[in-house]
Amino acid sequence: MEQLRQTPSQTVGPFFAYALTAEQYGYPYDSLMNHTLVSLDTPGQRIVVTGQVWDGAGATISDAVVELWQADAQGHYRTAPIEGNTATHTDRGFLGFGRVGTGTLPGHRYQFTTLKPGATGEGSAPHINVMLMMRGSLRNLYTRLYFADEPEANAQDILLNAVPAERRATLLAHRKEVNGEIRYIFDIHMQGSDETVFFEL
Amino acid sequence: MEALNKTSLPPLAAPVSSADVHPPHLSPAYKSTILRSPTQPLMPVRELIRDLSMPVFGQSVLREFDNDLTKNARINGEPIGERIKVAGRVLDETGRPLSNVLIELWQANSAGRYVHKAEIHDAPLDPNFLGGGRVLTDADGNYAFHTIKPGAYPWGNHYNAWRPNHIHFSVIGHQFEHRLVTQMYFPGDPLFDYDPIFQSVPQHARELLIAKFRMDWTEAEFALAYQFDIVLNGRHKTPFE
Repeated sequence: MEQLRQTPSQTVGPFFAYALTAEQYGYPYDSLMNHTLVSLDTPGQRIVVTGQVWDGAGATISDAVVELWQADAQGHYRTAPIEGNTATHTDRGFLGFGRVGTGTLPGHRYQFTTLKPGATGEGSAPHINVMLMMRGSLRNLYTRLYFADEPEANAQDILLNAVPAERRATLLAHRKEVNGEIRYIFDIHMQGSDETVFFEL
Repeated sequence: MEALNKTSLPPLAAPVSSADVHPPHLSPAYKSTILRSPTQPLMPVRELIRDLSMPVFGQSVLREFDNDLTKNARINGEPIGERIKVAGRVLDETGRPLSNVLIELWQANSAGRYVHKAEIHDAPLDPNFLGGGRVLTDADGNYAFHTIKPGAYPWGNHYNAWRPNHIHFSVIGHQFEHRLVTQMYFPGDPLFDYDPIFQSVPQHARELLIAKFRMDWTEAEFALAYQFDIVLNGRHKTPFE
């Protein structure tokens, strides 16, 4: 079958914030998605997913965009259309999709409020799909966050097991409890000995 | 500065893989890639992440004038600059149109100035122009929006570096691998030969980033028109697969 040529990728550049993450950065435009992937009434264990993005010189990156796409606590991705024109809507149910920039928190952290996903099926440990864009990156980068406190499930995960053993740790988020809040720390390293495993789709 | 591309080869005659259009992660002429590109090979996972759908956005996410950047930020008048219409289709690699694809847009104003607070270029802001918008494709994969033609602007990559006129596109399709961030350029821009971001794309694929001028789509006495079709990575799921 004849294939059309894909549209080439280009960098998101440094000036995305007033369109992609306007509310987070205080620009006068609404946001369809933000740091919150859940509604108040969504069942599941609330967690915070946070981390920093590091460049090859060991500096934190202040102008990256991080997107998450994950299943709910039962392991199901949202299939119902997302409706409503602002991310602050509280009646949209479980979104499972979020987006933040790294330019507003101290240390250039990204931070999401979500729930711990359930496993999506046989041979799959609980995980969150992560998409990363930034100035200086000409392509979208894809990786996955797995939970370090799920060693048994992780040992059965087909994708994680396909990653060279010495690099698997780069995909593990580490649990930390702070004032009763459960945080998972997931740092992304563009280069260096801890370089995060990125995927070719 | 010399044109970056004087020695480049003529376009390839042989068909190439539909994915051979993308820039490499490391493209040293674009200096920011040096510390921000992976050094390890990417791990191929296409067979391991199959049929992962992305969220679908309904029409209710759009507000009036989201698709008209000449109107969505007016304070006391019309934005300054050349009014244009940009339209096209979003397709998968087999040519199937994709509906309900979310396209988010951002761009500089007609003077080449972004609203972003980190922007330091000494060109005027336009009080009636934000430069952000969004649109969804219809049932046949069509989208359209109105805007002001963006200006060129200088940046710090190298001495006297200028970006060609462009509009940023962020695209969320039906599948995880559909996700695309790109930039649309305008035909005949003299800065193409000097821009390492445009030049990062293999030469045979650069034309895919350049909108086509469409006289027949022009709105008489109102706006010139450009066509920009978008083809996303990934096969559409069919009932027979």
